[in-house]
Amino acid sequence: MQAAEKAPVTAVVSDPVILRVEDVYKHFPIAGFGGLAVRAVDGVTLEIRRGEALGLVGESGCGKSTLARLITALLPVTSGKIIFEGQEITKMRGARLRRMRRKMQMIFQDPFASLDPRMTVGDIIQEPLDNYGIGSGRERQRRVQELLRLVGLNPNFTNRYPHEFSGGQRQRIGIARALAVNPSFIVCDEAVSALDVSIQAQIINLLQDLQREFNLTYLFIAHDLAVVRHLSDRIAVMYLGKVVETAGRNDIYDHPQHPYTRALLSSIPVPDPEVERARAPILLKGEIPSAVNPPSGCRFHTRCPIARVPGICSEQEPLLEPHGQRDQLAACHFAGEK
Amino acid sequence: MAQTLLQVEDLHTQFFTSRGVVRAVDGVNLHIDVGETLGIVGESGCGKTITALSILRLVPDPGKITSGRILFRGNDVVKMDDEEIRDFRGNDVAMIFQDPMTSLNPVTRIGSQIEEAMTAHKRFTPELAKSRVIELLTRVRVPSAEQRARDYPHQFSGGMRQRAMIAMGLSNEPSLLIADEPTTALDVTVQAQIIQLMKQLNRELGTAMMLITHNMALVASLCQRVVVMYAGRVVEEGPVEQIFKSPQHPYTWSLLRSVPRVDEARKDRLVSIKGLPPDLTNAPPGCKFHPRCPFVVDRCKVEEPPLGEVGPDQVARCWVLMRNVSEADIATAKQSSISVAAAEKLKAPAADIGGKAGS
Repeated sequence: MQAAEKAPVTAVVSDPVILRVEDVYKHFPIAGFGGLAVRAVDGVTLEIRRGEALGLVGESGCGKSTLARLITALLPVTSGKIIFEGQEITKMRGARLRRMRRKMQMIFQDPFASLDPRMTVGDIIQEPLDNYGIGSGRERQRRVQELLRLVGLNPNFTNRYPHEFSGGQRQRIGIARALAVNPSFIVCDEAVSALDVSIQAQIINLLQDLQREFNLTYLFIAHDLAVVRHLSDRIAVMYLGKVVETAGRNDIYDHPQHPYTRALLSSIPVPDPEVERARAPILLKGEIPSAVNPPSGCRFHTRCPIARVPGICSEQEPLLEPHGQRDQLAACHFAGEK
Repeated sequence: MAQTLLQVEDLHTQFFTSRGVVRAVDGVNLHIDVGETLGIVGESGCGKTITALSILRLVPDPGKITSGRILFRGNDVVKMDDEEIRDFRGNDVAMIFQDPMTSLNPVTRIGSQIEEAMTAHKRFTPELAKSRVIELLTRVRVPSAEQRARDYPHQFSGGMRQRAMIAMGLSNEPSLLIADEPTTALDVTVQAQIIQLMKQLNRELGTAMMLITHNMALVASLCQRVVVMYAGRVVEEGPVEQIFKSPQHPYTWSLLRSVPRVDEARKDRLVSIKGLPPDLTNAPPGCKFHPRCPFVVDRCKVEEPPLGEVGPDQVARCWVLMRNVSEADIATAKQSSISVAAAEKLKAPAADIGGKAGS
């Protein structure tokens, strides 16, 4: 415990915001189409507070995974700032970035693709400890065993290979590896969506227990809103490269302000036949437009059930502003209207 | 009295592999009435897809239907000759799959593929088939159907491809449509469109539907009756209202409580089922679920329970039944799974490590 106080990060612990994303853009140029680009993330601003779990939801192609890769500095931004624990990581290079990255780890969707099949489980979990030169050889081995026990695996399995484990067990290995270097912030990118329901529940419970036990901050990215609502304190909804709404996990369901949020929530079936009989989903027209050439004005206007077109919705881009409940932001000219 | 369309009796489908005999479907009984929607739920490997493929006699090698009867309007599918089975597959039953891209031919126009499905089964003349394509695409709500019929599959989005698959499935006016995870690969707003479409088609055409899925919410939304499968067996069956309100098998109960609900504020931990589904070459003795069951008693380990009646039209394969489980046992089943001791040990050295690496 004394050692913890010596840790260099304590200086900024007073800041309640652990991560700030400020007007971040990421455009992927399309080779051979001079000037054209996929505007994967197109002006995103958001904050994650220390110790909270922020859920990031949206349909395929909305830019949520790209945003996760920008936040963990796995991809450079096109423009904008990302500030983690008071330091601008978008400007960091080399050793400084490496040190910063230790505090942010990622858990991936596919536990089959994200573990090296030729490494033993012990080596996989120990690799980050080796990379950062943490502890002596014996200390590392002991830590690997404790990590395995923590995530509910047999600590004597260190010499086994990933193919000897089931999907759920592999996801536990991925979690153990992410926790090895004692990070403060973990990005879970669709961490449970490839798993069967009973196994998914095991991993969701494990992630919650770990958050409480180690006071972790989570960015939880998923397309399954029910899972996200269960795991998150606050939720941000993305559509075509932009955040269209953020709110507390209950406010977003009880008082959605953006018509896209409302449609998204109403689309999800509920495991209750009586509720289902009464549920009337708001069906959106068509599918998500191309991120190469997003619609003018509000990019949701082409599918929006309440858009005034032609008019303000197709002409002017709405700003993400306070609407509805405390701590709720929405980017809509007619926020709250049905 | 509803008329039975399909009756599966004591179906066994086995895979003869080098590791041994995999009993993928192990004595399944089920039925579908004319116009009914039946859900078959369970996790990967429980035998739900193999049951469907057995009904169509499309079990891949090295699998074989080893015993049982599949009666469609009284005729046994297992005993049909090549001619009869072809006719049955095309005209009586159709199946749609999870991933429409792999089920469509990438080098043939959408319209031609639907047309081919009709002419191949000789139900419609080529002229009539051609004119029905547009009608079918319109029926599944493909906008500007006339133009889109000339598109290739890659020009369709995921949701549109699934609509095209449904159009093809419906082209010969089957009396049963088997849908295997039809919305799993789709985004939620598109999923909602497809669910709506399937509901409408069931109502408008009276096509019976067998929905195979792991998603309990989808069953609640689309089905009248549900069959829960585990390790190649039916463990519970009944009308959806009853199964969802009062599941009697611990596996059904766990499945329902292992998924969070979007319409509920978080109040409880999820129920997680410990361990993994059994290896079907060597299933456990007694009840197949007993090694994972939180409410197991001694009898479960040695003697397999029969499918017993537990309510009106509801059957379950369990010696205990949820109505006999105490609140205290249910609370225990929801407890934390992480090793507190390991967490404590990890926290202390982690702090040390933090100090060293930071310097």
